[in-house]
Amino acid sequence: MSTTEQDLYAGANETTEGRVFTVTGQDWDQIAQGIAEEADERVVVNMGPQHPSTHGVLRLILELEGETVTEARCGIGYLHTGIEKNMEYRSWVQGVTFCTRMDYLAPFYNEATYVLGVERLLGIEDDIPEKAQVMRVLLMELNRISSHLVCIATGGMEIGALTVMTIGFRERELVLDLFELITGLRMNHAFIRPGGVAQDLPPGALDEIRAFIALMKKRLPEYAALCNANPIFKGRLEGVGHLELDGCLALGISGPPLRAAGYPWDLRKTQPYSGYEDYDFEVQTWDTADSYGRFRVRLSEMWESLKIVEQAANRLAGLEAAPVMVEDKKIAWPSQLAIGSDGMGNSLDHIRHIMGESMEALIHHFKLVTEGFRVPAGQAYVPIESPRGELGAHVVSDGGTRPFRAHFRDPSFTNLQATSVMSEGGMVADVIVAIASIDPVMGGVDR
Amino acid sequence: MTEGGQKDVVPEPKPPEQAAVDQSPENAPATLEPEVHAVGERQGMFGVTGSGDTSGYGGLVQPIVFPGPAQRPFDGWHEEVAAALDTAMAGGGVEHAIENVVIDRGEITFHVRRQDLAQMAKLLRDDPALRFEFCSGVSGVHYPQDAGRELHAVYHLLSMTFNRRIRVEVSCPDDDPHIPSIVATYPTNDWHERETFDMFGIVFDGHPALTRILMPDDWPGHPQRKDYPLGGIPVEYKGGAIPPPDQRRSYN
Repeated sequence: MSTTEQDLYAGANETTEGRVFTVTGQDWDQIAQGIAEEADERVVVNMGPQHPSTHGVLRLILELEGETVTEARCGIGYLHTGIEKNMEYRSWVQGVTFCTRMDYLAPFYNEATYVLGVERLLGIEDDIPEKAQVMRVLLMELNRISSHLVCIATGGMEIGALTVMTIGFRERELVLDLFELITGLRMNHAFIRPGGVAQDLPPGALDEIRAFIALMKKRLPEYAALCNANPIFKGRLEGVGHLELDGCLALGISGPPLRAAGYPWDLRKTQPYSGYEDYDFEVQTWDTADSYGRFRVRLSEMWESLKIVEQAANRLAGLEAAPVMVEDKKIAWPSQLAIGSDGMGNSLDHIRHIMGESMEALIHHFKLVTEGFRVPAGQAYVPIESPRGELGAHVVSDGGTRPFRAHFRDPSFTNLQATSVMSEGGMVADVIVAIASIDPVMGGVDR
Repeated sequence: MTEGGQKDVVPEPKPPEQAAVDQSPENAPATLEPEVHAVGERQGMFGVTGSGDTSGYGGLVQPIVFPGPAQRPFDGWHEEVAAALDTAMAGGGVEHAIENVVIDRGEITFHVRRQDLAQMAKLLRDDPALRFEFCSGVSGVHYPQDAGRELHAVYHLLSMTFNRRIRVEVSCPDDDPHIPSIVATYPTNDWHERETFDMFGIVFDGHPALTRILMPDDWPGHPQRKDYPLGGIPVEYKGGAIPPPDQRRSYN
């Protein structure tokens, strides 16, 4: 190839490793010509880290023989923000604010696993009020629905099924509206706190939740009608990203890929936390161990989540004005907020209480906000079933007011290791489907 | 004083029935009983010294103690696992692999000698009475004050067959940061060990390709270590600079 007609954007240069092309989508002629000149068909393609089909900043290094992938490797770390390190310099309660940002599609799960670990270290697991437990379950299951919706939506978009994307995000928006109503934020809630949850349900929330349940019961079947028997959709997903049960266990794969391999392992059933044993739901499985099976597992799980949300809403109706925070005033964060004339801020009732009525309440407020509480030395690991699999926080305390170490075992990080085994030997277009079926969220992978 | 100038009839104070220290043991100074494991000490309350702190708390010295070894027999299934592990270790020729066992808050931790880790991982996964077929990865912890055992690698293992969870903890000194890799037994630990190497500098011997995973390839140092300099960006405001977070005055 002559260097005189060098394309400004899609140029080629010689390196010790061979000729390197930079592809940005403008001009494929040079590349096609360049590959034709090369004797062998082996091409190493660097895909990402900025690419619309890689679920965020994931870099894939693919070695291709023609259109067949002979080797697939992941490059991660582009979204590493040092959340675990940051948490070591904040109080135990502030840690929630950091870890909620990891897996940004499932923020309540990050909060919950960390908080459950802290509560075990504090020895207050049995003191969490019932209403806080039910609210946690309600929020987590709503979050599972929104997370699975994004997975299905983006997965559809990546194979060209744009309608799946638009209706997926349409419904997710409704869930985020509920989150905004209950926690004040659409993402990064920091709502689940050690000892309970930050706020009581706002007035009218239960009606909104019931309306959402009724609407979802109409709309969830749309996905089934659109996708389940769609020949193009099935043609792209069936048999792609195959990973059997033994492969899943060896690679530590959990969540929908494990259940799509036919193993009904769900921590909500096998090692219940937050009172999941009191809810009636089924663990969903599929027997094909491929991308289509994972899609069907997620679809069915949204139904089960809806069932749990309904039961939780019914329980909450009978828990009006019940406490949502542990009684111990040395742990319960004073987060009494109210809408004032200038927006949301500290509740005037609370300020009146601490400034005018109770010296003790003022001291607790001051100590918690400045110093925080101390957590007895030790370590705990309380994993939960996030939409992507086993999410756990290994929290270590040295008896101080800040986490000595908080390490998150994120299912996206672990499951992403299956990229190679799922896509090698397949077509390059199927790599996208395989990764979409893992549903990695790079915020959780890189932390 | 009561009204009318009458003298109060104050009942004779009763002497305490037992020594004050016994009445409120939480007020007694922490003693290093054998059931706890000291890994260092905490000084002061605000993380700084020599700052002119006149509160008196600056001189406070408290030992940092972790839960100590448990005594046999353990309760419930912990004993079953420990007994099965004893049998398996005798069969595998690693009788002395376990340094001690800690049971705390319902979670059991086996502290394993590092040279026996690879063999122990095989036994834990393959022994029919143990069957810990699922490894949730490795988490590093840096205890700079735990002399000779500064770096810990903590593995969480799950037996789906028996629905049990255990923790295996291995330590190595800072000046010899080597721990055997268990990727051959648990392939899932490939990325987890790379992450722990990246963050703590623990070298997992036998790992197929131990390279950095989250930080850039040419990054100096291992960020999650407690002695990693945080640096801090010098933000000056009216002449005052903000120190990095580990040097700020804060509760500890």
